[in-house]
Parts: sequence; structure tokens; C-alpha cells
Amino acid sequence: MKRSLLIPLGFLAPALTLILVFMVLPLVVSFYLSLTNFNVAALLDYSLADFIGLANYQRLLRDELFWQAFWNTGYFVLIGVPSALVLSLLLAILLNQARLFGKNFFKVGYYLPSITTTVAIAVVWRWVLNPRYGILNWLLGIVGIAGPNWFGDPEWAMPAIILLVVWKGLGYNMVIFLAGLQNIPGHLYEAAQLDGAGRVKQLIYITIPLLRPTSFFVSVMTMIGYLQLFAEPYMLTDGGPLNATLSIVLYMYRHGFKFFNLGYASALAYVLFAIIFIVTLLQMKFRDKEIQY
Amino acid sequence: MKEQQILWKLIAVYLVLVIGLIAMIAPFLWMLSTSFKSTKAIFRFPPDWIPAQPTLAHYQKLFETLDFLTPFKNTVIVAVSITFLSLLICSMAGYAFAKFRFPGRDKLFIGLLGTLMVPGQITMIPVFLLLNKLRLLNSYPGLILPGLASAFSIFFMRQFIRTIPDELLEAARIDGASERYIFFKIVLPLCKPALATLGIFNFTGSWNSFLWPLIIASSEKMYTLPVAIANLGGQYQTDYGLQMAGAVVVIVPIIIVFLFAQRYFIKGITLSGLKG
Repeated sequence: MKRSLLIPLGFLAPALTLILVFMVLPLVVSFYLSLTNFNVAALLDYSLADFIGLANYQRLLRDELFWQAFWNTGYFVLIGVPSALVLSLLLAILLNQARLFGKNFFKVGYYLPSITTTVAIAVVWRWVLNPRYGILNWLLGIVGIAGPNWFGDPEWAMPAIILLVVWKGLGYNMVIFLAGLQNIPGHLYEAAQLDGAGRVKQLIYITIPLLRPTSFFVSVMTMIGYLQLFAEPYMLTDGGPLNATLSIVLYMYRHGFKFFNLGYASALAYVLFAIIFIVTLLQMKFRDKEIQY
Repeated sequence: MKEQQILWKLIAVYLVLVIGLIAMIAPFLWMLSTSFKSTKAIFRFPPDWIPAQPTLAHYQKLFETLDFLTPFKNTVIVAVSITFLSLLICSMAGYAFAKFRFPGRDKLFIGLLGTLMVPGQITMIPVFLLLNKLRLLNSYPGLILPGLASAFSIFFMRQFIRTIPDELLEAARIDGASERYIFFKIVLPLCKPALATLGIFNFTGSWNSFLWPLIIASSEKMYTLPVAIANLGGQYQTDYGLQMAGAVVVIVPIIIVFLFAQRYFIKGITLSGLKG
């Protein structure tokens, strides 16, 4: 009897130890840190950090830069997530046409950007979006549009980042949607066609409702990912111009690993965690309601 | 009449798909093209796509003056170690969850899945402090250890191992095979497709990983490629040829891996998407 417990434990031990040390304990410690004034000095001697209660959270509420980062991230998520979902769903529907040749070729091509390194892609996009010599403004110029100064313009910097992020993630979501589409039984469409329903009606009354589990998964995962926006503004704008692209994680990184205000940065991390948690719960609630109708 | 309509529709679909495809691929082509142009040719306007006089000068500078070989080596070491160690550790745990009964198993498993909700940023600071205390900043273990155990990988392996029939393992036990033998010689070989899929995910994930190495590898000799290229972007902001050459060095290996293994990628996302 005892032996039978030891065997699974032996198989579990390495993974559980690692998860305990690098995941569970840090989660607790991080909350404690958010209640301290841990700073550069404490980095040399951890005992120098003092317990200060909720002071970091109070400071956060009054911190204008935090609110700027909060709204920027919200803007990014509110525009970015729906754009990403709609575009990747449309692509998946196009690719799901029965008579299409070279499906796999398109799949691979569209998927390509999503496996590549974000930081390197950001460098490429800074060049693509270079206001004077970049190809995008060159293309826009051909059609007679004067392209904006993308990352140099507070109005356009965030849209440029959204463009880059949506472009990069398109193929990934598309592949998930494709799998979902292939699970919809074909006879539903045939029946609808017999009843005289056109393409648009089929989309609204068959595809979108039956795709709900997939859309739910994709939207939750995309939103969680987008809330953690970091590498793109870090590389491209460093949060500028005029803090127009400062994201929550970038702000946290600054406090944590530039100034080593690790206590304050921990509070920021916990706020991000809370936001992700709430958004996920809200989406789950929303989904339950939708299914009942 | 009907046939013609369908044909036109198909052509329209192709047109949209091809334009989209060009938008997906063009930045990569432009990256390649720029990396082989002389600094003078880069700023020619309107741009030409094929360099008139291709040059390797940027690559030379990258590897000779800036020593990009070191971050390349570091990235390979870290990504390969994480991939293989993680596969081993997570398939062991997945096996325990799939094929053994023990008290608290299901609660433990649900708790494990709960960690999927935790964003990486929240554990980052305590882990940084821990590694700092252990003097593991700027070391391979510091870059590798925190990335090894993942709830997703354990879940993925458990789902796959559950499909292996119990009778097979029981028969081996009756024949007197040790537990270790059963795992390494029966279970793991049967898991090859799942291991391949997960391995490729882990490899690209750690090859592309940025925030963690940025924090852990502050000294130049421990840089990984993403950190090195981020630095390059800061130091040589206007030297686009050099930056594109750097991007090529980071991106092209992963594209090659992808093209060879693309069916595993697509299968893997489909699985994670439907059952995650």
C-alpha cells in the first residue's frame, strides 16, 4: 500500500518541487513584498525592507503614470483583441472553403510571424514603419496617402503597436478557428442552403453560435496575452512618445528592474494579476449568459 | 451560369488570401534584403527589393566586432536544455496524474491547472531575489530552472498518456518490469508524437523568451539572442542594416525549425485550443 503511493510521488517530485519553488511560493512572497518598501538598498541586505501595509497600493491609486499605463493597456486591449478575433475568424472562414487548393501553403504562410521572436520582429517593424524610408509609408505614398510618423507621433504610436501585434498573432488564432470550423457538421450548412439561407445568414446563425467554445477560448487567451503587453513598447518606443505607449508591464519593469523599487513593482504585478482574474471571470459570466438564450 | 459565379467567388477568395499572405511575408523579405545592402543603398528611395550590390558587411560586424556568436551559443544551450529537461520532468508528472491513483490526486491536478492563470510577471520578482541570493543571476541554471515545469506541459502529457491502455502497463508489471523500465521503455516511446509537438513548442518558446533573460542575464557574456538584439536596437538605433542582420540571425533558425516541423505546430495548437 505504501509502495503504491511512493511510485507516483517519485514521478511527481521534480515537477512539483519546481512549481512550488518557482511558482507557488513566489506568488505568496510577491504579495508580502507588495506590502514592503523593498528598494535598491534592500537588494544588498534583504532585511532592510520594512513592512508598510497597504501604502504601495495607496500610492498606486494616486500615481498618474500608473493610470496612464492602465488606460493605455485598456486602449490596446479594447481595439486589439476584437480586431485580432475578427480578422483571424474571417481568414479561417476563407481558408475553410471546400474547393481551395494550397490550403496548407496559406496556413503555413499566415502562421509564420507568430512563431518568430517578438523582439526581432519589433526591430524589423521599426524599419518597416520608418516614416521616411519604410515600405509601409512608401506603399501609402503610391496610393497618394502621406503616411504618419508612426512611433514618433503620440496619436499613432499605439495604433502602430496594435497593427504589429495583431499582424503577428493572426495565424495562431486562425489555426484554432480553423479547427473549430472543421468541427461544425457540414449537413447544417446543407440544410440551411435548402431553406434558402445565404452566406451571411449561415455565418450569423450557424458558424458564429457553433463556434462559441472556440471563440471563448481564443478571446480569453488573447486578452490575457494582450494585458501583458511589454516587448513591443519596450523595443519600439520605451513607452513614449509622451507616455502614449506605456503599458502596465512596462511600467512594472521600470520600477522593478530599472529603479529596483521591488516593493512597488510587486504591488503593480498584483494589480495586473487582479485585472486578469477579473477580466477572465467576467468573460466566463458573459459566456454562461450567452449560451442560455 | 452557376459554375461561373462559383469560379468568380473562388478567384476573389484567392485574391484576398494572396494579398494577406504578401502582408505576412513582405516584412521578412524586406528584412533579408536590407541586411545585405550597404548603408548607402539602404537609404535609397524608392527602395529596391533586390540589393544591387549585396554585401556581407553587416553580418561581419555582427559576428566579428559585436561577438553575436556568444548569445547565439547561449540561446542554443538554454533552449535545448529547457526543451529536453522539461519534456522529461513534465511527462513524468503527466504519467503520475494519468496512470496512478493516490489521495488528493484530482485536487492537486486542479490546483496545478490554476497556476495557468498566474501571469509570469508576478513570480518574477521573488524568483529574481531568490536567484540573487543563490548567486545564480547570470548563469545557465538561472536561465533554465524557472522555465522547466509548466502546468500546460503536464496537462498536455497527461491527456496523451491517458490514451495508453492500462492493460499494456499491467502486463509489463506482471512480467516483472520495474516502474522505471515501464516509463522509459513503454510509456515514453508511445508518447513520441506528443513529445515532438510539445518539444517544438518549448523550443520556440524558450528561443523567443525575452523578459526573463532580460532580467537574469545582465552581463554581456550571458546574453541570449533576444536580449542581444534588444541591446543592438538601442545602441545602433539608425544602423538598420546591422539591426536587420541581427534580426535575421534570431529569426531564420526558428523559421527553419518551423518549416521542418510545421505539421506538429498546427496539430499542437489545435489540441491546446480545443482542450485547453
